[in-house]
Amino acid sequence: MVFNKYNLKLFSTNNMSLTNERIQEKLVEKFGEVVHNFSESHNMLSVEVATNENIKVLQFLYDDEELGFQFMTDLCAVHYPDKTGQELQVVYHLHNLVKNVRLRVKVNAPIDEPNVYTATSLFPTANWMERETYDFYGVNFVGHPNLKRILNVDEMDYFPLRKEFPLEDQTRIDKDDEMFGRGGSLLN
Amino acid sequence: MNEAHQPITLPEGSIEQQTTTLNLGPTHPATHGVFQNILQLDGERIVSTEQTVGYIHRAFEKLAERRPLYQITPITDRLNYCSSPINNMGWHITCEKLLGIQTPKRVDYLRIIIMELARITDHLICNSIVGVDTGAFTGFLYVMQYRELAYEIYEEVCGSRLTTNIGRVGGFERNFNNTAFTKLEKFLAEYPKVLKEFEDLFNRNRIFMERTQGTGAISADRALAYGFTGPNLRAAGVDYDVRVHSPYASYEDFEFDVPVGNTGDNYDRFMVRNGEMWQSLRIIEQAYRKIQQFKGAEAEVYHAEVPAYYLPKKEDVYTKMEALIWHFKIIMGETAIPKGEIYHSVEGGNGELGFYFISDGGRTPYRLHFRRPCFIYYQAYSELAKGAMLSDAIITLSSLNLIAGELDA
Repeated sequence: MVFNKYNLKLFSTNNMSLTNERIQEKLVEKFGEVVHNFSESHNMLSVEVATNENIKVLQFLYDDEELGFQFMTDLCAVHYPDKTGQELQVVYHLHNLVKNVRLRVKVNAPIDEPNVYTATSLFPTANWMERETYDFYGVNFVGHPNLKRILNVDEMDYFPLRKEFPLEDQTRIDKDDEMFGRGGSLLN
Repeated sequence: MNEAHQPITLPEGSIEQQTTTLNLGPTHPATHGVFQNILQLDGERIVSTEQTVGYIHRAFEKLAERRPLYQITPITDRLNYCSSPINNMGWHITCEKLLGIQTPKRVDYLRIIIMELARITDHLICNSIVGVDTGAFTGFLYVMQYRELAYEIYEEVCGSRLTTNIGRVGGFERNFNNTAFTKLEKFLAEYPKVLKEFEDLFNRNRIFMERTQGTGAISADRALAYGFTGPNLRAAGVDYDVRVHSPYASYEDFEFDVPVGNTGDNYDRFMVRNGEMWQSLRIIEQAYRKIQQFKGAEAEVYHAEVPAYYLPKKEDVYTKMEALIWHFKIIMGETAIPKGEIYHSVEGGNGELGFYFISDGGRTPYRLHFRRPCFIYYQAYSELAKGAMLSDAIITLSSLNLIAGELDA
């Protein structure tokens, strides 16, 4: 059993700071137009990447010595029904554990053909997260080894977290349940 | 000939099949939760496993899209229900960060006391269950009375025990009463002895060591690739701890060590959790001392002054019009959440618990995604169990600290 002191020996070896400006500079220098819409919220840089280039960008972020985003914290999707042609957005949260910098990478895809290349070859952890994203949003991760539903039943034929599926109307009155229902007997 | 005497017809290919298929779960006492594993066994060795998850999926992320902030807190309770206060506070801290609320130091320290108590209860369940699965039931029963004591402290603070729904955006619903502090003192005085005894039962116990050492091991590289966080990652030798990397709730004011292992096996995971319980005790002691230093009006502070998001006092709600209006506005979600996008994470009982919160300026989140550490590291189980004995795979399952509620969201 080894006890590391509070000051993190393992991480203090290479503690050159990495600023959001520097990440942006390096990405633009390498990819130009492919990366766009840089924004910063609550100290985290966010960047949008052209749909077909996501793996190239993730690979560069992973391999580059200075950037070194080698830990995938999270992967999820968001549905924006109003953004025609790019309704679905896949969001990757990456983390450089050594320099302790986080980065958010976004990829947009049209809802008719929601094809996004899989990140599983780079991050094994993306496997289930992509399955979950497929399960709820129907994003088709091209090249995924086992893209099937994970939390919902296999027979389901829709993608429930998309915005076109509203939750139950709280004012509905067609339910008659003495203990939990609304409406029904109350109206009599 | 009646039906009972008809010859049994075997499924096609079942004689030729060299392995035995075994369904472990979904409801098996040894899995401590609703997990199904379809195992292919060669004798007692596992050839392959296939996990099925989602048995208790409750669509939290969809529910959250229609709920105002306070109605989401009970959802977070039901993620990792062994340490719900951490989830509740993680959620409130995320909201505070988005809303730009600064909490007073005393609130932070009170929160830390509760969060570290929750970490202890989480780890002691996990570790004693590892004990049960190796055949040692005593430890489990023995430490359980201290989980009870910790739950009594929650009860004094918020009124409930398991799914706590503790606190508010900006702090706590009420100040800690004297009973809470007395019970905390009792916990601090008695628990170290019990934990020491618990360690004496296990740490150098030959049966326990032989059952756990070298089983369910994962290297640091693979652990990182699989997105491990929390004690499981630290057992593999990577000292990543959210409390140290991105301190929240004033963790930077505290002196504590981050225990790490090096082999990433069941034994190291057990030892790291034990080490963390000692560190949590250290943190609680420091926090309690810091709280005692607040005098006069400062010692009465238990929330930030944010009337738009902090529920007014109950007696005011019953007697004053303005308080009643605010109460309803907050409860019904009439106060808009500012537009923004935020990812915030806390060190949960079993790893980095993250909240990815997108607000479009409405009353409810536009999108709320929970980064659930269990869900992410459970996919490594196939790799951990492959080639292992069935009985070792059971220990691996419990030492990963999988909580079905968190896994299935």
